[in-house]
Amino acid sequence: MQITSPQFKENARIALTDVGLQKALGNVKTGFPQKRANAVARLPEFDQLRDQGRDLKNHIIANLDIYLEEFEANVIKNGGHVHWCRTSEDARQTILKICQDKGAKTVTKGKSMVTEEINLNEHLEANGITPIETDLGEYILQLRGEHPSHIIAPAIHLNLEDVSETFHAHHNKPKSMDPAVLMQEAREELRARFVAADVGITGANFLVAETGSSIIVTNEGNGDLTQTLPKTHIVVTSIEKVVPTLEDMTLFLRLLARSATGQEFTVYNTLSTGPKRPEDQDGPEDYHVVLVDNGRSDMVGGELQDMLRCIRCAACMNHCPVYGAIGGHSYGWVYPGPMGSVLTPQMIGIEKAALLPNASTFCGKCESVCPVHIPLPKLMRHWRKNEFERHLTPKAARWGIKTWAFFAKRPSLYRLLSQTSNRMLRLLGGKKGRIHKLPMVSGWTDHRDMPVPSSKTFMQQWNEKQKAGH
Amino acid sequence: MLDNNKQPVIGLFVTCLADLYRPEVVFASIKLLEAAGCRVEVPQSQTCCGQPAFNTGDFSNTADIARLTITALEGYEYVVGPSGSCIGMLHHYPELFQPEDPWHARALALKARAFEITSFLVDVLQFSNIQSQFKGKVTYHDSCSGLRELGIKQQPRALLSQIEGVELTEMEESETCCGFGGTFCVKYADISNRMVGNKTDNVAKTGAQTLLGGDLGCLLNMAGKLQREGKDVQVRHVVEVLADQLSHPALGESAYHLGKSL
Ligand code: SF4
Repeated sequence: MQITSPQFKENARIALTDVGLQKALGNVKTGFPQKRANAVARLPEFDQLRDQGRDLKNHIIANLDIYLEEFEANVIKNGGHVHWCRTSEDARQTILKICQDKGAKTVTKGKSMVTEEINLNEHLEANGITPIETDLGEYILQLRGEHPSHIIAPAIHLNLEDVSETFHAHHNKPKSMDPAVLMQEAREELRARFVAADVGITGANFLVAETGSSIIVTNEGNGDLTQTLPKTHIVVTSIEKVVPTLEDMTLFLRLLARSATGQEFTVYNTLSTGPKRPEDQDGPEDYHVVLVDNGRSDMVGGELQDMLRCIRCAACMNHCPVYGAIGGHSYGWVYPGPMGSVLTPQMIGIEKAALLPNASTFCGKCESVCPVHIPLPKLMRHWRKNEFERHLTPKAARWGIKTWAFFAKRPSLYRLLSQTSNRMLRLLGGKKGRIHKLPMVSGWTDHRDMPVPSSKTFMQQWNEKQKAGH
Repeated sequence: MLDNNKQPVIGLFVTCLADLYRPEVVFASIKLLEAAGCRVEVPQSQTCCGQPAFNTGDFSNTADIARLTITALEGYEYVVGPSGSCIGMLHHYPELFQPEDPWHARALALKARAFEITSFLVDVLQFSNIQSQFKGKVTYHDSCSGLRELGIKQQPRALLSQIEGVELTEMEESETCCGFGGTFCVKYADISNRMVGNKTDNVAKTGAQTLLGGDLGCLLNMAGKLQREGKDVQVRHVVEVLADQLSHPALGESAYHLGKSL
């Protein structure tokens, strides 16, 4: 997909005036956070689970190689194959080759953000293989030629009218505004494709080292069909998804469902462990796991290591007031919201993603809801530091902060600067007590008045009082 | 808890916005601390907590400013300031130094002694003798840093509830960011504008005549927006009401004695 992160500000400006998008975003703001809050309220030990989740993830990351190798050994023991891919390019080639070896024409896909990350669909299409998205949201987006705007609700930026129009244009059926009818239409369209597909590609929410299993959770059941009907099942996922045991997996499933959708448990929790065994009624003949690194192993031991704990629940974006104002597409790449503002610079380069870690007030809401306590503001600040050190921070801001710091390090000069600014602002404010327009800070005064100081600086007044002897 | 016979000595962290914009907030803080039995001193070598540099990623200047601030505030039993955001920044100082650096220990010591004013009055002093003639319907904005970094939520409300004339009506989403975010409000002006617009809508819906909060950055942002929208809500720092320091105009209302005070 085309990266538009460098145009973040322009994207945001357009998003803010997009009536349909704003309507759709209104639903995010009220829906997800409320459901999460209710689910959390029903589970008194939720915070304890979060601490456990954080600690367990830290343990896994510290022993990532060990668990991944254990996972690989068990997949092989079960008759499956594991492919280690350092880059997106490696992963695309590996997957294409498996598909070509099977002579695949069509591929069904369950929802997978990692396949978005590695740009898989375009690559398959360019090589004559048709990918068919089977998650309802992804299916709608595929018809519309769009990308997900959210990591668990990919079509959250759309309204019912949009879906109705899209289906009408593609399904050759009368137009309907009834969600049940639309759902049925999608079902019918997809059933035939499930059966015809040569390969099924899914992501994985977790990989279980002790059994060599992968698990996907969905609320639609499309994942089950994607991985059981075709002859070949390819799991495309990333290395940090591994957990030691099935029991560990259930800890994360509990955290994930509540944080994501406010459910106690996701509806379909589908484990797959290798290809079909002789006694199995169904299942794929071939089972492949493609493990994508794509910059993740570089994060181990570095300042971004905490980000590897992420279980992709989307709570951070659901609660983010910036995401809530502009939606996911504004961020300009696969991962939006706070988690994206940390991950995107790592994956596409800070030069292109420089605006993202800065697009936060550091209100801290994301960190406060993250099920594995990822310090997202701190990690965004890490990128700001990186930008500052590499002179990527815009010149004016850089010069401004350095000049300001020059004063802030010299108390008596700082006092003078405050006094002068205080006097100037009060002069500009005149009798009204506020300024309507100030070109130097038009970002402020375009939208709001600027209150001016009420009197001389505190330090002036205090020191005058001290001198006067009280 | 405090030893009853000992008068605690407070090093006041003025905060640069209060110094520059609203000295009354600092005087109100002093009045409250003195009413609670403290002796207040104003260390002269303090400037700003360094947050603008920290959040711009300029860690080297931040560390310089932190060293200056740590030195200025050393020797006081407590450090108290009228801002969750600035005190929250003092709590970040240990992150700026390696554990083996002696400044790290000094930063930790400051962190342990630094409190936002309402939290200090309630959590440390258990002060419950607020005297204020203020009358009116108010609503309260929970500023992000105070709320999430320092756990300030009930403290200002507990203090306000001691004033007979205060009628507190909570707004929807009182814990949602107002969109200020330091330089964010200028760098991402359109997004910030949407956020503050949501906030002023929620404020207006309460029908409160006064909006209170504990952080001047947010209060300036919301006051400016309310005024631009022509919404008739007065904006004040909560300590002005708690200390009954109300003779000066609300934020951004017409200045007084302009000629004389320059
Ligand atoms: S960063 Fe935390 S809240 Fe955001 S998606 Fe990852 S786990 Fe969920």
